[in-house]
Amino acid sequence: MKRLDHAEAASRFIASTAHEAFHDQRLWDLRQKRDREAHHIPEWEALRELASRIKEHTLSNLAGYLEAFERNATANGVKVHWARDAAEHNQIVHDILSERSAKTLVKSKSMLTEECDMRPFLEARGIEVIETDLGERIQQLDDEPPSHIVVPAVHKLRGDVSEVFARTLGTEPGNEDVHYLAESQRRTTRPYFLAAEAGMTGANFAVAETGAFVVCTNEGNADLSANLPKLHIASIGIEKLIPRTEHLGVFIRLLSRSALGSPITQYTSHFRSPREGAEMHIVLVDHGRSARLGMADFWPALKCIRCGACMNTCPVYRRSGGLSYGATYSGPIGVIIDPTFDIRKYSNLPFASTLNGSCTSVCPVKINIHEQIYKWRRVMSEKRQLPLVKKATMKAAGQVFGSPRLYRAAISATGMAIEGLPRFAIYNWFNKWGRQREVPDAPEATFRAWYLKNRGGR
Amino acid sequence: MTTSRDIILNAVRANAPAAVALPHVSSFDEGLPPAAERFRHSLELLGGQFVECPPGTDPDRRIGELFPDARVICSNVPEVSGTRPLRAVRAAAELEDVDVAVVRAAFAVAETGSIFLSEAELGLNALGYLAQHLVALLDPADILGNLHHAYRHPAFATARYAVLMSGPSATADIEGVLIRGAQGVRSLKVLPIPRRG
Repeated sequence: MKRLDHAEAASRFIASTAHEAFHDQRLWDLRQKRDREAHHIPEWEALRELASRIKEHTLSNLAGYLEAFERNATANGVKVHWARDAAEHNQIVHDILSERSAKTLVKSKSMLTEECDMRPFLEARGIEVIETDLGERIQQLDDEPPSHIVVPAVHKLRGDVSEVFARTLGTEPGNEDVHYLAESQRRTTRPYFLAAEAGMTGANFAVAETGAFVVCTNEGNADLSANLPKLHIASIGIEKLIPRTEHLGVFIRLLSRSALGSPITQYTSHFRSPREGAEMHIVLVDHGRSARLGMADFWPALKCIRCGACMNTCPVYRRSGGLSYGATYSGPIGVIIDPTFDIRKYSNLPFASTLNGSCTSVCPVKINIHEQIYKWRRVMSEKRQLPLVKKATMKAAGQVFGSPRLYRAAISATGMAIEGLPRFAIYNWFNKWGRQREVPDAPEATFRAWYLKNRGGR
Repeated sequence: MTTSRDIILNAVRANAPAAVALPHVSSFDEGLPPAAERFRHSLELLGGQFVECPPGTDPDRRIGELFPDARVICSNVPEVSGTRPLRAVRAAAELEDVDVAVVRAAFAVAETGSIFLSEAELGLNALGYLAQHLVALLDPADILGNLHHAYRHPAFATARYAVLMSGPSATADIEGVLIRGAQGVRSLKVLPIPRRG
């Protein structure tokens, strides 16, 4: 697979200053709302620590918990399926639908089905798939993937949505009223809820003790998708397991506060058993997760509860847009997950970071995100996945920083050199850093020269 | 034949990191604010409305006052007759024209302003979503302090379907503009009416 050029893709997003400015401000607003909620709760840090350890415990005993979950869900009258990869997942879902002659599937947002690229697979086989979350529906109608795991269309402005809806839903061209646009989606989606033969959700948590799974949403679309059709299919990644119902107290308190800065999602829905006269199927999906579990440096990424807090706080994500990552998962969490799917394609992503560590500080399950980003850079370098310019620059820098004598010579030369150089010599194609920045003025003397002069005698 | 199930479980077993102990989760309930006040505050934060009901309030009449234009009021509680008793409804899709649905919350959570509804309280699960507006009766004695208390409630182990509902459906997917009434109910009103007897 061709290597993704994140910087190039980001530059296309930044080209529209209105979009970039709004995106940056909107996500920073979510980060601030998250802070306000977190600061209200004296035990916030204790909850993060608990969440981290409960997840680590579960992942270190995952096989046993998966078996318990399967046993309990089966006893509840749910049919449990297992899928090693995306292809098997999509096939299982299609088989369930076609055996029941289901032609229409209403679904709520699921990053896992995005990961599996399920929609085109089903559509090619004659099944109409309707995304029912507003943001996800906008993205479906515009034939784009979601750009954020919680707010899928956050990179669009109301004018963009108006244009998409006018083209696809027949709304009034030029009407950019947000209430009108949202109401239009509600009105046009309702008939699908009433007529669809099948509904689908993902899951935020799966409880081993009861065989239940939990879906956290705000719009009511997941509950409509699950409670109207006679068939409910839930796709669940194997890392979503937690041991007991009481542990939900910890995770639900953290999830929406971290994601949107609200105390809880409007709907926290628990599905344990099919309702009278209906069917429920669960597809447990691996798709690379079991392999990731064996990666000494990277398995803690499996603790992720998909809140998006790391994305909202990341200065690179906020100013480059989620689509520039070219993957299902963007932002800091994407940077450390995506290379496990395709190391060459995503070899540039670990460099889409300033390593400021803000992502790690806000992560509700304490994933060491920025440390993993750094470790992925090492992996890319060892696996020779660095582009030529970066490799040559880094090699030269390594030699200079590794030798005090070379370093001093270079530093004293730099001060003189920058002053004398014409702009084109500094801000050229090799200096990617200088594209959006000015090189600072060099100080009159280096620290070492100052030290030798002022303290050297003592 | 090796099944996908076995392949996955074997891989998970082979790759398991060193065992980590399961921590004890405490209830974090020291110094919680008074439950009824906190519930009301949280509910309103999430867009729900707490409707004062002095002792002796007739809920049927109160709902009539709150929704003077409602044509179809579908009730699943004995205190409210409405215009269409839920037991007369055969299929969920028949709820499409319901203006106001009336249920009783099994319990509520002060911390998050959530009410607990399962198939027992909803009758038909879709009632809580297809109706335009939802009214929930709540006995003030049924308010729990925080989510840790809520998740120790036995109903989670027995309900087929259970929802912690916190305000009406909402979205902010277009430019962060908050819309109450996304796909589900447009409003949620909670009436503090003690259980009978």
